[in-house]
Amino acid sequence: MYHYTAFDQQFVRARAAQYRDQLERNLAGKLGDDEFRPLRLQNGWYIQRYAPMLRVAVPYGELNSAQLRVLATIARDYDKPNAALLAQAQKTQDKIDQQAGSEPAPRLTTQYGHFTTRQNVQFNWIKLEDSADVMDLLASVNLHGIQTSGNCIRNITSDERAGVAVDEVVDPRPYAEVLRQWSTLHPEFAYLPRKFKIAITGAVEDRAAILWHDVGLRVLSNAQGEVGFQVFVGGGMGRTPVIGTEIRAFLPWNQIINYLEAVVRVYNAWGRRDNMYKARIKILVKAEGQRYIDEVEAEYQRILAAGAQHTIPQTELDRVRACFVAPPVDLVPEAVQRVAEQQLLIQAREDKAFARWLQQNVTSHQNPGLRVATLSFKRLGQAPGDATADQLQTSADLAEAFSAGEVRVNHDQNLVLPWVRVDQLFALWKAASAAGLARANIHLLSDMIACPGGDYCALANARSLPIAAAITERYQDLDELFDLGDIDLHISGCINSCGHHHSGHIGILGVDKDGQEWYQVTLGGSDGSALSGVAKPGKVVGPSFAAAEVVDVIEAVLDVYKDQRTSGEHFARTLERVGMEPFKTAANAARQATARAATV
Amino acid sequence: MSNAMNPAFHILSADTPLGEAHWLDLDNDADAHSAEIEAIDGITLHFPKFSDGRAFSQAVILRRRGFTGDIRAIGDVLIDQLMQMQRCGFSSAVLRADQDATHGRHLLQHYSSFYQGDIRPTAPRFAQTAA
Repeated sequence: MYHYTAFDQQFVRARAAQYRDQLERNLAGKLGDDEFRPLRLQNGWYIQRYAPMLRVAVPYGELNSAQLRVLATIARDYDKPNAALLAQAQKTQDKIDQQAGSEPAPRLTTQYGHFTTRQNVQFNWIKLEDSADVMDLLASVNLHGIQTSGNCIRNITSDERAGVAVDEVVDPRPYAEVLRQWSTLHPEFAYLPRKFKIAITGAVEDRAAILWHDVGLRVLSNAQGEVGFQVFVGGGMGRTPVIGTEIRAFLPWNQIINYLEAVVRVYNAWGRRDNMYKARIKILVKAEGQRYIDEVEAEYQRILAAGAQHTIPQTELDRVRACFVAPPVDLVPEAVQRVAEQQLLIQAREDKAFARWLQQNVTSHQNPGLRVATLSFKRLGQAPGDATADQLQTSADLAEAFSAGEVRVNHDQNLVLPWVRVDQLFALWKAASAAGLARANIHLLSDMIACPGGDYCALANARSLPIAAAITERYQDLDELFDLGDIDLHISGCINSCGHHHSGHIGILGVDKDGQEWYQVTLGGSDGSALSGVAKPGKVVGPSFAAAEVVDVIEAVLDVYKDQRTSGEHFARTLERVGMEPFKTAANAARQATARAATV
Repeated sequence: MSNAMNPAFHILSADTPLGEAHWLDLDNDADAHSAEIEAIDGITLHFPKFSDGRAFSQAVILRRRGFTGDIRAIGDVLIDQLMQMQRCGFSSAVLRADQDATHGRHLLQHYSSFYQGDIRPTAPRFAQTAA
């Protein structure tokens, strides 16, 4: 992991102190709520449905065990409302349950962290009065909420397997770190037309959904062996899903900041500010097309002519890269490796649950003596991506015992252990099973993405969690889940698309009509990973469904898949081969309430 | 060290007159690359809302073109944005009437240095340490 220098550390502390001053002025009535809003947002503080929400930045998803322990402390000691607020909030939520066609919801929970699709960690119940203390606590382990919200350059995300993936061409982490530093408190880009998200990968398979980002970067190596970036711009979800456009096929690596400065400067000048739904860069790129690209090129040339001060020196790349040195290839001696692999075969034969976990939750590593293992945070009784204080603490223990003290928060809202010795896999599985984090469902239907939705989020039109819970409950049988195979199910509680419904093989979007919750179902989306191919938005199957119909619709769609698939064919592939129609027909035939109403 | 890097930055009260000098008032939509700035003493750039950041880029472009006169922020100017203004090349700011100028001056000193280079001019941190 990146080692914070004395400068980096004091910078995070200075940011926490700056926030404390802003908060104190706000609480004293000297800084109005409207003026405080963007300041707190750029430190990760939202005001949500019932309480503030804090989004902690996890740069490119990497956390060490000390950081996990602080997150556990925050969950345990700060993520709790007073009894009156919780009772009031629960009462309000219960009223939604009484509506016709509603799914009974799980009760509101407290004292937990939530992993997000952009590799961050959120808390839902911290009191605003405590927020400055929490920032100090985070700063003690170099964590913060810098630019996790607001109309600025957000936390930069990356491949969950950066630096360990077998299909990796270039490790993206040093570049992600250099870009993190450049974007942190950038004076010119703190008040952009809208939020600005960058994702970066260095592997053949895109596990970072780069084409769905405002800027997507692929680090690669050209025929001459030089390292550079393929640059995409203007991807995004929301009301208008757009796939990023390639704007540079190969940009020398040391020019990436100079070039991004041009990309963002032209957006800052030209992006729409009259309508927040048309303010993202995707709308600008769509509207202006080549004219935008030409202006970026012209601005880049002006930056070069002016001395290109952000050309990254080799010494700086080397300094940062030195923080990401991998363990030696022979860390686990070959003889030990061979014995361990034999042993695993025997253990897998004896224990089906272990065999399944190996198959689904463990993947190969650049180092032949190591594996990448994923802890599943998708299980009955807890919302997708939620981790209690104890679970965060246990994750820190597991990271220390089995993964060189490091975890990655991944795009699918789980924790990845990137440095597991092959001869420790069985022990890890035992320990993770005891902690309830070894469900062998990674990439299966129940490994769904879901936003917090209308249970917590002020923006949501409908609740995501009751739908997620109902589907999890229906699909508990691992035999059935394994038979259905890898499927991306993504659920968003509103069109802001935090649950990435556009990119799900099956997407569910909460909509509000006449004060009631309805759900639109889409099929055939892709985040860009190998399973479903080039990134694309899914297509709507028909009018929205009532909450109580959603599980039946999913089941109907999956029945068509089971009926139509060829041997070994994944859901996404079958859908592509046979087309939408049979799935659409089956989904619409599953209507009950909405068929009767027929007006929705 | 931080003071040595900061050229003069004037925090002005709401009723500060522009004086006799030749001022150019540059609209937010105006192209800072082509604005006529010869024989101009100062340029006013607008913050119609404090959250509208177009003027930051305009100031950067004007300084890059070599403009050495005063660049003044006017409009919805808050003390919490002064640091960003200064780093983007503004040399003065007319505060919104309700703002506390004394605290604003204090906030300008909050950080000793930053990662990026800026227009003051300061080299990026990596260029300072790599040299």
